[in-house]
Amino acid sequence: MLAYTARRIVYVIPIVISVALVCFLLVHITPGDPLVAVLPADASQELAAQLRAAYGFDRPLPVQFGLWLLRALHGDLGNSIATGRPVLAEVMRAVGNTVTLAIAAAIIGFTMGILLGLIAGYFRETWIDKLSTSLAIAGVSVPHYWLGMVLVIIFSVELNWLPAVGAGPGGSAAWAWDWEHLKYLVLPAITTSVIPMGIVTRTVRALTGDILSQDFVEALRAKGLHETGVFRHVIKNAAPTALAVMGLQLGYMLGGSILIETVFSWPGSGFLLNSAIFQRDLPLLQGTILVLALFFVFLNLLVDIAQAAIDPRIKRG
Amino acid sequence: MLIKTTTRAALIAALALATAAAWPRTASAETVLRIGMTAADIPRTLGQPDQGFEGNRFTGVTMYDALTGWDLSSADKASVVIPGLATEWKVDDTDKTKWTFKLRPGATFHDGTPFNADAVVWNVEKVLKQDAPQFDASQVGVTASRMPTLASARKIDDMTVELTTKEPDSFLPINLTNLFMASPTKWQHFYDKADGADAKAKSQAAWTAFAKDAAGTGPWKMASFTPRERLELVKNANYWDKARVPKIDKMVLLPMPEANARTAALLSGQVDWVEAPAPDALPELKQRGFKLYANEQPHVWPWQFSRVEGSPWNDIRVRKAANLCVDREGLKDGLLAGLMVPATGTFEPGHPWRGKPTFEIKYDKPAAQKLMREAGFGPNKKLTVKIQTSASGSGQMQPLPMNEYLQQALAECYFDVQLDVIEWNTLFTNWRRGAKDPSANGSNATNVTYAAMDPFFALVRFLQSSMAPPVSNNWGFINNPKFDELVKKARQTFDPAARDAALAELHAASVDDAAFLYVAHDVGPRAMSPKVTGVIQPKSWFIDFSPISMTP
Repeated sequence: MLAYTARRIVYVIPIVISVALVCFLLVHITPGDPLVAVLPADASQELAAQLRAAYGFDRPLPVQFGLWLLRALHGDLGNSIATGRPVLAEVMRAVGNTVTLAIAAAIIGFTMGILLGLIAGYFRETWIDKLSTSLAIAGVSVPHYWLGMVLVIIFSVELNWLPAVGAGPGGSAAWAWDWEHLKYLVLPAITTSVIPMGIVTRTVRALTGDILSQDFVEALRAKGLHETGVFRHVIKNAAPTALAVMGLQLGYMLGGSILIETVFSWPGSGFLLNSAIFQRDLPLLQGTILVLALFFVFLNLLVDIAQAAIDPRIKRG
Repeated sequence: MLIKTTTRAALIAALALATAAAWPRTASAETVLRIGMTAADIPRTLGQPDQGFEGNRFTGVTMYDALTGWDLSSADKASVVIPGLATEWKVDDTDKTKWTFKLRPGATFHDGTPFNADAVVWNVEKVLKQDAPQFDASQVGVTASRMPTLASARKIDDMTVELTTKEPDSFLPINLTNLFMASPTKWQHFYDKADGADAKAKSQAAWTAFAKDAAGTGPWKMASFTPRERLELVKNANYWDKARVPKIDKMVLLPMPEANARTAALLSGQVDWVEAPAPDALPELKQRGFKLYANEQPHVWPWQFSRVEGSPWNDIRVRKAANLCVDREGLKDGLLAGLMVPATGTFEPGHPWRGKPTFEIKYDKPAAQKLMREAGFGPNKKLTVKIQTSASGSGQMQPLPMNEYLQQALAECYFDVQLDVIEWNTLFTNWRRGAKDPSANGSNATNVTYAAMDPFFALVRFLQSSMAPPVSNNWGFINNPKFDELVKKARQTFDPAARDAALAELHAASVDDAAFLYVAHDVGPRAMSPKVTGVIQPKSWFIDFSPISMTP
């Protein structure tokens, strides 16, 4: 297990460097001026050149990348051009908000998804299955930003039960796990949860149905095992694949959703990316993408290791 | 005895109830105005805001003052420059590059330190003197281009300062509305405490700290700041202009870049005021009793013509024909649901810089068709023009539908309009590069909206031949000696009334020359709860929050 873990960690290094290179290049090869955030539209070329030199954007691209990577390795992702604030602090703060949202959405989405999937798989081809499957299909098909707006219209505008936007009465810096704060989380978390709910439902349904049709289940029943015990075996067999799917979904959610976070003005990483893109704040854009990509890579690593721990066949493969 | 006791108990109970009823009112007497901004982040709070004039509106003129300011007290008259932290100013009779500003006595920064000549010099040097400890490159961009001739500042005495320009420039007092005065003492306090490898790093750390705990001299003081989420401002009861001490206690600014989210927040009572509500929600907002405000802004939505060799716009008949072929009222009442003012120039009648143009910009299709026929075009020989525009962008209003409207309108006057749609920031960059640059992609007009707050922004950078790229925004390389002469005259006329007259002459000349295709002015729509009273929306990008009240 230790060797497998070490091997997986080594594999991650080139991926991380490639991710850094790609996110650096992606934002540099797009047209437009990297100094849009601080340069007014009417700034002269002379002033633009002066500031370009001050920010180091006049240096050759490989030099810029080298310096950026070196600083990044030391935990310094530079300062936002627009605000002057350190990028790492900005990103970590936004990621913290996104993690809060992702955890809430994961709890809702995975719980609902597992329940619906197990029920649908167990009662295959019945109306219960059809209802669960329809919910799952709706979850992955409905545009989530549209769903968010519908929820806001119903629960905020018409019923006035829940807040429409924001992350708390005093901003997320003053976050607390009480209803005053949690009510800000409800609508964005439900909106974020519908896709993972749909995907998990479909996966668990397929796995449950598949496992229940296998011979060993019949053997377990023939041996007189109670249905609850049979189900325990089904869950154990379905867990590695379902876990992988949930890990991937959690990765997507931790990346933040630009659309959902913008609709709810939720100050997470998606909202941050949105501002960085519109302000064309290159250091912030690069830093945010890099941190999010690293999250994704490390989360996948953790899921791989967890899978191997649950199912020893995987590490042999 | 029993009756007496009961009566006393009843009285005590009534008193207790009355006290209890009165207590919450006393405790919640603080009046709070919550505003949903269109910005995705709180504009910079350290003195020179980013995010264009929305930044100046919310973290500029609220927390800070400049030497000169805007009169925001009228919804009917054009906003004009008035004294701010300077009470009077005068150009040197013998050397027109030197200005003396008398400073306002009794003005103090929010940290309690006095505003004086040292503070002015310090603030000028924060953006102009590269070797000054407080020099901050991130504040240069939004300052230097708004006062391009300012060179230096010198203290004469505690309450008098001398500013020098690179060349004689009568626009300086207007441009100075953009230089906000931050507290040097407070910055120094942060600098002394800052860690850093060198003076530059310490300076940067000091500015970062200052942004979180800022001090200006404005009517509002920073109370708390959560980056990207909210900024809370409280009233400055010691504001030097007693007439402008805010009536409400606290103002909370919340970034909400999405129009539907802002509108939902207003409808659900989460905020009291939103900038630019979703246009299709206006009827519902009105129906539910929300108040809508809009007024002409110093803003122009134009086509800026290329005047390089071979451009079809070099023929004045073609330029005039385009200006006469657009039904602006139709655009306003149809596509934009009333949220525009038809443009008949950069400034409209009533503005001190309007002048008396002889070419009247209006919808007159027969006259436009006649001009086009005279220029050699007709139904069987259309003139192809290519326009570079964007799909969105600050101040661009609804660029694609509006350009498609123009495309259809101009087709009736024998134009074949082709649109080259690019990303907004790229369009900005191309604007600086000019019509001759390959980035223009063969376009012979560009559609970039512009602010018309001051003469340089509104006229000079487009009309003066020396402002052609790479210097500034004369994208189309206009080279008209009359414009150059009038720019020089306006810049070198130092009596304010005579300067305004010279600017009016320049503006009239530009309209008579049909220098642009003038289409619309934005109106800065905002919607708010009926609880918000005392709102005066001036003809400005800015608004004075001081007279605003909140009814319970």
